[in-house]
Amino acid sequence: MKKLQSTLPNMLIVLTVIAVVAAAALAYVNSVTAKPIKENEKKTLAEGIDAVLGVQGAHVESTDTIKDEKGRVASILYQTDKGIAVQAVDHKGFGGDLVVLVGFADDGSIKGYTILETHETPGLGSKADKWFQADGKGNVIGRQAGELTVSKDGGDVDAITASTITSRAFLRAVNAAHATYSEHE
Amino acid sequence: MKYLKILYNGLVKENPTFVLLLGMCPTLGTTSSAINGMSMGLATMAVLIASNFIISLIKNLVPDMVRIPSYVVVIASLVTVLQMFMQAFTPEIYKTLGLFIPLIVVNCIILGRAEAFAAKHGPGESIFDGIGIGLGFTIALTMLGAIRELLGTGRIFGAELYSDTYGMLVFVLAPGAFIALGYLIAIVKQTLKI
Repeated sequence: MKKLQSTLPNMLIVLTVIAVVAAAALAYVNSVTAKPIKENEKKTLAEGIDAVLGVQGAHVESTDTIKDEKGRVASILYQTDKGIAVQAVDHKGFGGDLVVLVGFADDGSIKGYTILETHETPGLGSKADKWFQADGKGNVIGRQAGELTVSKDGGDVDAITASTITSRAFLRAVNAAHATYSEHE
Repeated sequence: MKYLKILYNGLVKENPTFVLLLGMCPTLGTTSSAINGMSMGLATMAVLIASNFIISLIKNLVPDMVRIPSYVVVIASLVTVLQMFMQAFTPEIYKTLGLFIPLIVVNCIILGRAEAFAAKHGPGESIFDGIGIGLGFTIALTMLGAIRELLGTGRIFGAELYSDTYGMLVFVLAPGAFIALGYLIAIVKQTLKI
């Protein structure tokens, strides 16, 4: 077959047809994958809530979303039948947004935490998922949040070695989560 | 025999990372561990095979003057499809590679092979070119990822060989990627005499 000439009608028709076919294919794939993607997100959140509250199969009864002055989601409070978990974000992590999910015990102390979204440096800031756990060096489990700061800033939480910025962002997010929690109380 | 030659060409003679030095952004950016490098290589290979195949089929229907926008639309659609499938069915890999998947669109390996190979050859040969170049890219990224992971954290594919206290952190970070890639290219070129 001979190659099509580069005349204006030819070019217009070809580009239009390609764009339409591509859009149709994408729309179809989107309709197939939309449901599993949503379920994945739901599952990740449910597993996170179970993990930070230390329970199995917590059922979310109500959620409360708080936005900051720019209209971005600042924190989300999940009221479940087995306790309260708060998702909070800090925009000043080393690689951008750092989203944490914190579970609170009845007395307002931290029961557990998990990191939902992170862009921290692999091998450095990305250690935040283990560092602040009960068996980590910067243990915050069981502490009262609100005023937690790293030792460099006069606090008593050990920052991740060589990742002070990540540690600060993490603690800011945890403190913000606590603020949302205490407002709810 | 013809197909074997195309495969060998992509794997060794025109290896995208070691010889053509194409697609350096994902090469340096995603290879902080062996598994990340390998996943990125495989994702790129999938897009490359599909785009080579489609472009070799439509090459005579596309007028020369609009071929680049047409190819970019084809490649971008394929990448978006891949991204949606990964998000839906392999969320774990998507989490680590998410940021880099849309960048496959502008990976010059893919547009480069579309221009240099698929636009001049038939569908069968184009698929084999995609496999060869894709495999070459995957192997290179896995090697680089494994070296950086081993030197930086003492692991390979997550299996600990020595404690990460003794790891050289610089290899996990961007400068280490350049250093490791430079030495790797030198060693490969010396051993293969290419």
